[in-house]
Amino acid sequence: MSVADNKLPWWADSILLPVLNLLAAFLVSGLVIWGLGEDPYIALSYIVEGAFGFEEGISYTFYYATNFVFTGLAVSLAFHAGHFNIGGEGQAMLGGLGLTLAVFMIGDVSPLLSVFFAIVGAALFGAAWAYIPAYLQAKRGSHIVITTIMFNFIASALLAYFLVGPLQRPGGQMPESADFPESASLMGIHELLAAVGISFEEGPMNVSLLIALACAVGVWFLLWRTRFGYELRVVGQNPNAARFGGISVSRMTIVAMMISGALAGMMGLNELLGEQHRLLGNFTLGYGFVGIAVAFMGRNHPVGIVLAALLFGALYQGGAELAFEMPTITRDLIVMIQGLVILFAGAMEHMFRKPVTMLFARFAERKAV
Amino acid sequence: MNTSALAIETRGLCKRFGDVRANDEINLQVSSGTVHGIVGENGAGKSTLLKMLFGFYEPNTGDILVNGEHVSFMSPADAMARGVGMVHQHFMLVEPFTVLENIILGAEGSKNLEESKGRAREALLELEEKFGFDLPLDEPVENLAVGVRQRAEILKALYKGAEILILDEPTAVLTPQECEQLFALVKLLKEQGKTVLFVTHKLHEIMAVTDEVTVIRAGKIVALRKTSETSSEELAELMVGAKVVRAVAREKHADDAARLILENISCENNQGQRALKNVSLEVRDGEVLGIAGVAGNGQTELLESITGLRSLSGGSIRFCGAEVSSQSKMTDAITLRRMGMAHVAEDRLKTGVVESMPATENIILGYQREPDFVSRGILKLKDIAAKAAEYFESQDVRPRNPNLNIGSFSGGNQQKIVIAREIARDPQLMVIGQPTRGVDIGAVTKIHDQITELRNAGKALLVVSADLDELLAISDRIAVMCEGEITGMLAVEDADEQTLGLMMAGQSQAMHTAVEAN
Repeated sequence: MSVADNKLPWWADSILLPVLNLLAAFLVSGLVIWGLGEDPYIALSYIVEGAFGFEEGISYTFYYATNFVFTGLAVSLAFHAGHFNIGGEGQAMLGGLGLTLAVFMIGDVSPLLSVFFAIVGAALFGAAWAYIPAYLQAKRGSHIVITTIMFNFIASALLAYFLVGPLQRPGGQMPESADFPESASLMGIHELLAAVGISFEEGPMNVSLLIALACAVGVWFLLWRTRFGYELRVVGQNPNAARFGGISVSRMTIVAMMISGALAGMMGLNELLGEQHRLLGNFTLGYGFVGIAVAFMGRNHPVGIVLAALLFGALYQGGAELAFEMPTITRDLIVMIQGLVILFAGAMEHMFRKPVTMLFARFAERKAV
Repeated sequence: MNTSALAIETRGLCKRFGDVRANDEINLQVSSGTVHGIVGENGAGKSTLLKMLFGFYEPNTGDILVNGEHVSFMSPADAMARGVGMVHQHFMLVEPFTVLENIILGAEGSKNLEESKGRAREALLELEEKFGFDLPLDEPVENLAVGVRQRAEILKALYKGAEILILDEPTAVLTPQECEQLFALVKLLKEQGKTVLFVTHKLHEIMAVTDEVTVIRAGKIVALRKTSETSSEELAELMVGAKVVRAVAREKHADDAARLILENISCENNQGQRALKNVSLEVRDGEVLGIAGVAGNGQTELLESITGLRSLSGGSIRFCGAEVSSQSKMTDAITLRRMGMAHVAEDRLKTGVVESMPATENIILGYQREPDFVSRGILKLKDIAAKAAEYFESQDVRPRNPNLNIGSFSGGNQQKIVIAREIARDPQLMVIGQPTRGVDIGAVTKIHDQITELRNAGKALLVVSADLDELLAISDRIAVMCEGEITGMLAVEDADEQTLGLMMAGQSQAMHTAVEAN
């Protein structure tokens, strides 16, 4: 059938290729570990064991994954509208700031109200921070990739200003805020499980994981089930056709970027409301950037993003365990392994596409003969 | 003219893209030491042919001979090694570099830049003398006028040893004065023994500079003429094809009310130049108004102005009795559709559909806010799928699978889907650009029949087409556009290929002379 020419079946595209990329990353990492005189197989087993082998490890894995779901969804939503939002990091910082201001403003009230305000504050500030580059792109033609990168730096400086100024813990020396009011806290999953009679070891995994999953479902529904999502995808794939269809491209650019910023901003729910209970200067720790790799590896589909987020969560947690267990493997090496996964899954995503496509084509030919 | 020695010859050259034959059995013969014109409408296959001659594309079948020897170019470098040089429509110059730096780019001949520059300078001065150039070699290209940049491109090709020079639409960006200079240069090149391949769709240029001319239509060579033995009228006819075969008889219609009225409308194109100049037209119910003209004379802007995609700089448009567009007012595409205006976009893949989306999602484009496709913001997927299946059935779209991406259908089937989408809501006016461009022969008749049926049902239709046959077959009246103006309006009974050809070619020539006289 000529229709299928040069195209891969969906499973090869969304499962086989990511797995190949991942294997390549592990292979290179393994070579480095082997070169350091350690056994790569044992190193791998430490990672897997550390990420999934015990309850606290699992808790951490899912805790990290929650961050990546938020930032990965943020990147992919903008991507569907045709824009590359590199500003997830800065939008997450501003989201954290908005969240902090909201919980201090509302004070110690019922937890539900407090959390509601926290979500609104985080989303609003994240969206507002994405609005400026989006406006500049839509109305002035400044490239969003450049402006969002710039805005990461501005966000970082802004956060630092607040944390050594108005928001600094009274009498404190660190760039951090005072503790949040008691009510501004998200329940740990272990507490939730305990409530229904399941015992699970205490850990940082918290209810924001469920919020993140709800966001994933929401993004899926928005993109593929609503008129708004349809228009958003038309703009992303063919702006001329969008204009033909009566869709305002500049308006859609702004709205899509704001939703993207809101999603990135909500990352603070997990880090701040779930775990730290105060605003820290560097709480985003590059999760916003990892979101780019997560979105790419997840093929910009919410299901893929959740899976990719889980993988990166496992790498973060398992990597920490590995550094602890194997003294020759330092923290930096873990960063390198994570970097390799990003490199193969994100930057060199299409490296295996051509050979695999050729392989499939040859196979199909042989079948036809 | 020495007809025995051929600088370029192709034998049975074919190039296919998917199911489309961009070049079909091209047997081109370019005599050495002549200026040879190639004319054809946009999309006729000129660019594909050039790209094969210059090594950008490999032919599927057929041979290319340069100076009588078989060649197979894998890249432009191979072509240049054989003395074939090309000046592209969009110049390939590095703007911040000087003319000299641009010319030696890729042929530096030394790792030391100053040394290669010095060597090149001497050679260039010699060439400049021979061909009467006077280029500012040390001026950055970005400071130069377009005509001068083009001369730099030509000098670059000559410096790299081009004996055969391909000029692709060389006058598209030039002022009339610059054109004259170019023509003089082309003549000089010929005197010095070079062979020039001059590709254009402007006929007066062919008449002005070429010795021989090859006409290409729909991927095939339709004629080879000595320029002295032909006329622009004949070439215009050959370019657009002038066999009139009227497939479906049109019913007689009483003069009905004007559905669409354009009053002195003007607008600018994307480059800010005036694209429409005081155009006045009306389309009545129960008639097909055809718009003829060589592509790029304002037809695109006309379509966009009417359909709410381009703002006017003057005049007004009335549709169904209400003013929908003027200098201060623009009605959006969705409102126009709701008022009963359907639009089949001129460039299907660029504007009319989203190539990477399934047919089901494409059938709602432009109608995505209508209550039968969406309720409270949620898409009614079942209803959309049912509608898509209905369209596929009624238009006999193949393969019968609306879940395939629209890009994987043939051009004809894509167009059937688009037409189904646009006629589904019983529009009062249909604005159609290039109804059968890229459509396979089988589907053409069906599309023409549908247009005639709509007309017989009392709808108003405005059809822009580059194909005169088509316009003569389906229109009631034909307006000819040239340089943003309506240069003629004929009832189809009075129109024939000669008259239209004259209006398209003759008028544009008159305009050209008028511009020069100013």
